[in-house]
Amino acid sequence: MAEVLEKKKKVTKKAPAKAKAKYSKKQYLDWFTIMYRIRKFEEKTLYAYSKQKIRGFCHVYIGQEAIAAGLTSGITKDDKVVTAYRQHGIALSRGLDSNSCMAELYGKSTGCVKGKGGSMHFFSKEHNYFGGNGIVGAQIPIGTGIAFAEQYRGSKNLCVTMFGDGAARQGALYESFNMAMTWKIPVLYIVENNKYAMGTSVERTSNVHELYKIGSAFDMPSEPVDGMDPEAVHEALEKAAKHIRSGKGPYFLEINTYRYKGHSVSDPSKYRTKDELNEYKEKDPIVVIVNKMIDGKIATQKEIDKIKTEIDNEIEAAMKFADESDYPLGSELYDDNYVQKDYPFITD
Amino acid sequence: MSRILNLRDALNEGMKEEMRRDESVFLMGEEVAEYNGAYKVSKGMLDEFGPKRVIDTPIAELGFAGIGVGAAMNGLRPIVEFMTWNFAVLAFDQIVNNAAKTLSQSAGEFGCPIVFRGPSGAAGQLAQQHSQTFESWMANVPGLKVISCIDPKDTKGLLKSAIRDDDPICFMESEQFYGYKGEVPEEEYLTPIGKAAIRREGTDVTIVSYNKMILVAMDAAEQLQKEGISAEVIDLRTIRPLDHEAIVESVKKTNRLVVVDESWPYGGVSSEIAYEIQKYAFDYLDAPVTRVNSADVSLGYAPTFVEEYLPNPTKVIRAVKAVMYR
Repeated sequence: MAEVLEKKKKVTKKAPAKAKAKYSKKQYLDWFTIMYRIRKFEEKTLYAYSKQKIRGFCHVYIGQEAIAAGLTSGITKDDKVVTAYRQHGIALSRGLDSNSCMAELYGKSTGCVKGKGGSMHFFSKEHNYFGGNGIVGAQIPIGTGIAFAEQYRGSKNLCVTMFGDGAARQGALYESFNMAMTWKIPVLYIVENNKYAMGTSVERTSNVHELYKIGSAFDMPSEPVDGMDPEAVHEALEKAAKHIRSGKGPYFLEINTYRYKGHSVSDPSKYRTKDELNEYKEKDPIVVIVNKMIDGKIATQKEIDKIKTEIDNEIEAAMKFADESDYPLGSELYDDNYVQKDYPFITD
Repeated sequence: MSRILNLRDALNEGMKEEMRRDESVFLMGEEVAEYNGAYKVSKGMLDEFGPKRVIDTPIAELGFAGIGVGAAMNGLRPIVEFMTWNFAVLAFDQIVNNAAKTLSQSAGEFGCPIVFRGPSGAAGQLAQQHSQTFESWMANVPGLKVISCIDPKDTKGLLKSAIRDDDPICFMESEQFYGYKGEVPEEEYLTPIGKAAIRREGTDVTIVSYNKMILVAMDAAEQLQKEGISAEVIDLRTIRPLDHEAIVESVKKTNRLVVVDESWPYGGVSSEIAYEIQKYAFDYLDAPVTRVNSADVSLGYAPTFVEEYLPNPTKVIRAVKAVMYR
């Protein structure tokens, strides 16, 4: 018991709630709203998975919501975003609606990609969301290319290219970092370091445990960020984006976070301890921001509860929407393999 | 009006014309800019279009292929040159998992109008790793189109069509035949993707081939003519989608088919054609479909190995005589 208390103390010391509000009430409520939406969405995703409404590989974002929250404010809507397969939260933060995301998980024709992608592949051109990539690290060169196109056109937009700590060991990262720095491509690389590549800890995959240091081999400005705090994520993104938009090229942020659940729904997480998990739950970004709003008299419990009720209803409605939607016709499998409409598929 | 151009210059003209026409087209790859191309296909392009649009990359096939895919998803039309398709193996994740699948997994939200191009096939005594063909590999993947041709006129027209096409395209040339000459019109033209060309009309046997093996097929056909055998030679030009109608029509006339295909025999272009013909021209066949492929081994260095490995006119003539029962 004494040990637990000691640990709690240590945690509190590590992440003290900032007393004074730096941002507007609306900003805090917006951060809370997106984090709570993602949390609820993912809880219901796990529930629907247990009921076999959702199938296939499914990786939830619970614990990492503060990063998605920072993304809503630290960059612009015109900026592009691409990430890996733990992507429901990122898609929601870009503005994809709960209905189309939940319907996609259910494999329905009303899903954001008409049942073609499932859990790992949401996309939306309207929201500048380039997916949902299922091959570890493959989106790193792709995000670099998306940003290359922005530079080519002379826009001020950047591409946020997100990946996990496992992907940081892929060769694609080193090739991309090298070209992005050489050509000063407007790309913001974010590694969401949730400490485990499936079941393999960061410490077991390399001699370099602080991932932001990888950037130094390319003289890329790189720094670690507290990923349990949307304010810290927001500020790091703003600073990095400013640097990138000034034409100085890429920036690399290691956002330290933690996933509460297993790698995927089928992972019992035997490779880590309950204590470790509980330590992070003490820093839960949603709890922290609620406490901050209440303690700092930024918002009332009533206001927060009202948002919660609205989102609870929204996610319930999304599940109903997904459930009642139709599956795509089997024949729609042939749609969108080629832009060419009369492509002669081999059918026998 | 036309003039004689070699394959290298025809490809060069095709790229230049499309880059003049469309600002979103750019070229990237190893040695494409300052060196003017490892095989000089991009000669003069840096001078004309500048370093923004003709880009030397480091040796990082996976990385720059992926940058091409991302750029294509975001509205540009990249031409990604591989020094050879052998090196593109390092980039297959981006070609197969991303370029080919982006449209499907995004349900049409994002396309990938990109051309991956470079030489494919054996080119002398280059040994195991530098002698492979990739038409069969890439043609197996839905979402991709595959073009493989050496005729200067057609290749230029196909490259221009490929650059304008909204789907990802694997474009395969030939190291040994960049100097191969042919008549190329001076005026603008496009060659359609997915259509084969009859290079030689004949009545007794159909020989189907593509890329540089078309010359082996033509050589064999000329020799066979002297022996009174009239061979029709079809150049596929596009491997995916395959113009199987052209082959079926020809076989209905000749009743015999030999496929000359530099790729390995297992599950390759020749097997696909054999399947199509037994399915759609079964009643017209007077002999089993026969194929002449590269040997089912890795190619060794010695000249005797090259001779043993590749299809040649002698092997094709032997195959034709077998289907003629002569």
